[in-house]
Amino acid sequence: MTPNPLVFTPLLLASLAIFALGCWKRLSLISLGQPEERFDNIGTRIGDMLRYAFGQKRVIAKPFGFNHFIIFWSFLILVIANTEFILNGLFPHTIKLVKLPFELYVPLAFMIDIASLLALIAVTVAALRRIFAPPYPEARTLDAFFILGMIATLMLASFTLNASDLAAYMFKSGADPVSFLATARKIMPVSALLAGLLPPLQLETIHAAAWWTHAVALLAFICYLPISKHMHILTAIPNCFLHRLEKPNTQPREEFTVGNTFGVGSVDRYSWKDLLDSFTCTECGRCQNVCPASITGKPLNPRAVIHDIKVNLLENGAALKKGATSQTPLIGEAGEGSVSEESIWACTTCGACMEACPVLIEHMPKIIQLRRHLVETEVKFPEELLNLFENMEGRSNPWGIAPSERTKWCNQLDIKPFDRDTTEYLFYVGCAGSFDSRNKHVSVAMAQLLDKAGVSWGILGKDEKCCGDSVRRLGNEYVFDKMARENVAMFIERGVKKVITQCPHCFTTLKNDYRQYGLELEVIHHSELLRNLVQDGRLVLDKTTEEMGATVFHDSCYLGRHNDVYDAPRAVIEAATGVPPAEMERNRNTAFCCGAGGGRMWMEEHVGERINLTRVNEALEQKPDTICVACPYCMTMFEDGLKDVKANNVKVRDVAEVMAEAMFR
Amino acid sequence: MLIVVCIKQVPDTTQVQIDPVTNTLVRDGIPFIVNPYDTHALEEALRLKDRFGCKVAAISMGPPNAEATLKKALALGVDYAILLSDRVFGGADTLATSNVLAAAISKLHAEVDEVGLVLCGKQTIDGDTAQVGPGIASRLDYRQLTLVDKIVNLDFAAKKIRVSRKLEGRHEIVDAPLPAMLTVVRELNRPRYPKVQMRLAAAEAVVDVWNNKTLQLDEQKIGLKGSPTWVSKIFSPERIKGEILGNGYADPAGTAALLIDKLMAKDMLPL
Repeated sequence: MTPNPLVFTPLLLASLAIFALGCWKRLSLISLGQPEERFDNIGTRIGDMLRYAFGQKRVIAKPFGFNHFIIFWSFLILVIANTEFILNGLFPHTIKLVKLPFELYVPLAFMIDIASLLALIAVTVAALRRIFAPPYPEARTLDAFFILGMIATLMLASFTLNASDLAAYMFKSGADPVSFLATARKIMPVSALLAGLLPPLQLETIHAAAWWTHAVALLAFICYLPISKHMHILTAIPNCFLHRLEKPNTQPREEFTVGNTFGVGSVDRYSWKDLLDSFTCTECGRCQNVCPASITGKPLNPRAVIHDIKVNLLENGAALKKGATSQTPLIGEAGEGSVSEESIWACTTCGACMEACPVLIEHMPKIIQLRRHLVETEVKFPEELLNLFENMEGRSNPWGIAPSERTKWCNQLDIKPFDRDTTEYLFYVGCAGSFDSRNKHVSVAMAQLLDKAGVSWGILGKDEKCCGDSVRRLGNEYVFDKMARENVAMFIERGVKKVITQCPHCFTTLKNDYRQYGLELEVIHHSELLRNLVQDGRLVLDKTTEEMGATVFHDSCYLGRHNDVYDAPRAVIEAATGVPPAEMERNRNTAFCCGAGGGRMWMEEHVGERINLTRVNEALEQKPDTICVACPYCMTMFEDGLKDVKANNVKVRDVAEVMAEAMFR
Repeated sequence: MLIVVCIKQVPDTTQVQIDPVTNTLVRDGIPFIVNPYDTHALEEALRLKDRFGCKVAAISMGPPNAEATLKKALALGVDYAILLSDRVFGGADTLATSNVLAAAISKLHAEVDEVGLVLCGKQTIDGDTAQVGPGIASRLDYRQLTLVDKIVNLDFAAKKIRVSRKLEGRHEIVDAPLPAMLTVVRELNRPRYPKVQMRLAAAEAVVDVWNNKTLQLDEQKIGLKGSPTWVSKIFSPERIKGEILGNGYADPAGTAALLIDKLMAKDMLPL
């Protein structure tokens, strides 16, 4: 009843060769990617790897994640058992755990037995979930069931194997079955239970069958792993180590010199880390379940984008390695392996996908790289963007309004220009705050509050230019680069150090994107400043306002998810109204986008349900009198959405307006 | 066959100020753009290039900084860009301007290739005269087809063109032999957006500058001396200050009612 090394050894070597070949064929393609630095701050990286990979932090954020946690840790524990199994197959009877000192063997055997049981339960639960309540309908893949079945087979075989070992030992030693099994149950509860049930006469056959079932399943698993989504077993841990340490709320700069290529039009133009991401995707579908585009029926599916990058790399890899060009287009309608233009333009860059991904895949920068290729190299983009691009480049605002009208909002106010020697804060009003008739009210409220609190502030007036957020997220990096350079030069020349913004898009661009241009500004969102002014007693409210009625707060993606500002706007609302705002079902880092980010503000929304209506209806579930926002785009999307659903009695107010209401009326 | 596009650098915005003393436009601090109608002429030339493989030359008369306008044309794909710039060209009216542009077109015809078409915008947004295009056609003795909103047919080999002209309330289909001068309206096409590669190449390209040494024109026919037009006064009509009715923010319905009453009282809202 011993395994036969003469049969097993060549099988193992062949399997390892297939495994190595599979890994090499795929992972070597990563070297086709462009260079990118991902080895800085090793300490932080190790910490993040422990937290996200071994601690499964993001995985267990969802209820079913615990199931995966069990499979993951069982898997790690069972590496010991499987190593023993393989060594035993190669050199029968030489290496056995049972030869370890008793004090070491007992807990180890116990752990392995329990881990096997937990893994068996977990894969059964996973299979049932996939049948009855899959994370997304397409998740019922043969691939998934095959792997789950394989793991279950391994567990059952290993129980049978251990049980037959125990039974054989019991009969051979002539021990009393009752007391032997009672003792054994304390060490290997499941195997011992099974041992009592095995027919004594067929033990040898059962052992051999279980051993070979285990062997074949294990070797098949090894062969299959690299060519399936279960590759993530190898890539997820390094991927967590290599993730971008700063929030992926910006995109890398491009160098505009003749002969360079711009954006990503061929899969080898992605960075090596982007390619590694594609091999790390587990297809869990959490990204698509939070993506505002996917949920409202747009063709964009972040999971599919990552999958298509992988498929494209596999199909074109061999040719690209030889220096030939791609056969399957990365952008196009060629099906699997190609990302459609329509889905590329559907992204609101809200970052929900990246926030949800358990293995820290960075979807958004990849989509923007595709946009860059379309805009900068192919000049293919939705036609409504042509005016936007020209307005931004020619007049530095999205509407193409004459720059001389930038100060119209403050014609009736006494506002000082920013002066490096006497002014502390630059109030960077932003295009919406300067030109949009609704949003000008927010600028006025802010101006009054800043004066009331005695803040030293000024504006750039007619010299203020657009920050360039929309063009950057839309992939028009060339124009963004020009705008960013001009702004950075002006901020340096004027001695600007501290900036207040009332728009999260200006906020993130000045704070995060301009750092790539060597400008470190202290940027504060108006909600944070107002919160601080109240806390420091510089804005004293002698009453709260009842004008707002019941409030609910909507998180702006670029304030919340992209920059972690969640509490300040809520604190401002609470200070002004006396009660914290109600929360929508999806709030804070899981908040649902208004639909205007990533340049979607300037594009038509033809397909599926409108994103802003989805969010408006979610807000209305809280029965608010006022929906509070902290972003001009959100403001527009909510005002439009409320009109569309005819909720005429519900107001939209920026947090500054709420504060001004309590302060001045 | 060569297509020549005449483009002009004009000050942007409708907020152009007029110097009350010199009666000229104050250009300080106002960004310059390519005259919007000219961008449509340029686009049409580039579409013909894509279709027939002919070459396109862009020419512009203006100060040295008008080079930027020609670089934009290069970024969009023209083959030749020539700036006609000389102090003696300055202060030109539409007659003197058309003399210079016509001379440049003749030179291109003689030295580069046979000119089949000259394309211009229907007018510029600064002068708004719509005379330069027809002036060029007259100087060169080309057929002139103004206000073109569609090239229906073009046959370079047979030297024939058929265009649609957009007139008030009607269209006119016109046949003409080549060479012809077309002025175009905005409905003709949608101008393209430049590729970054082309912009970078254009930024490094050298724009040819032709001065009067190159063109050898009689100084009495160009610039201020060659301009019989003189401007006695330019002014912006005074805008009567409006009034703010009601409070549209607090009471949109009531304010709309106020506005309707006001318009009806002035008989501006026929019911």
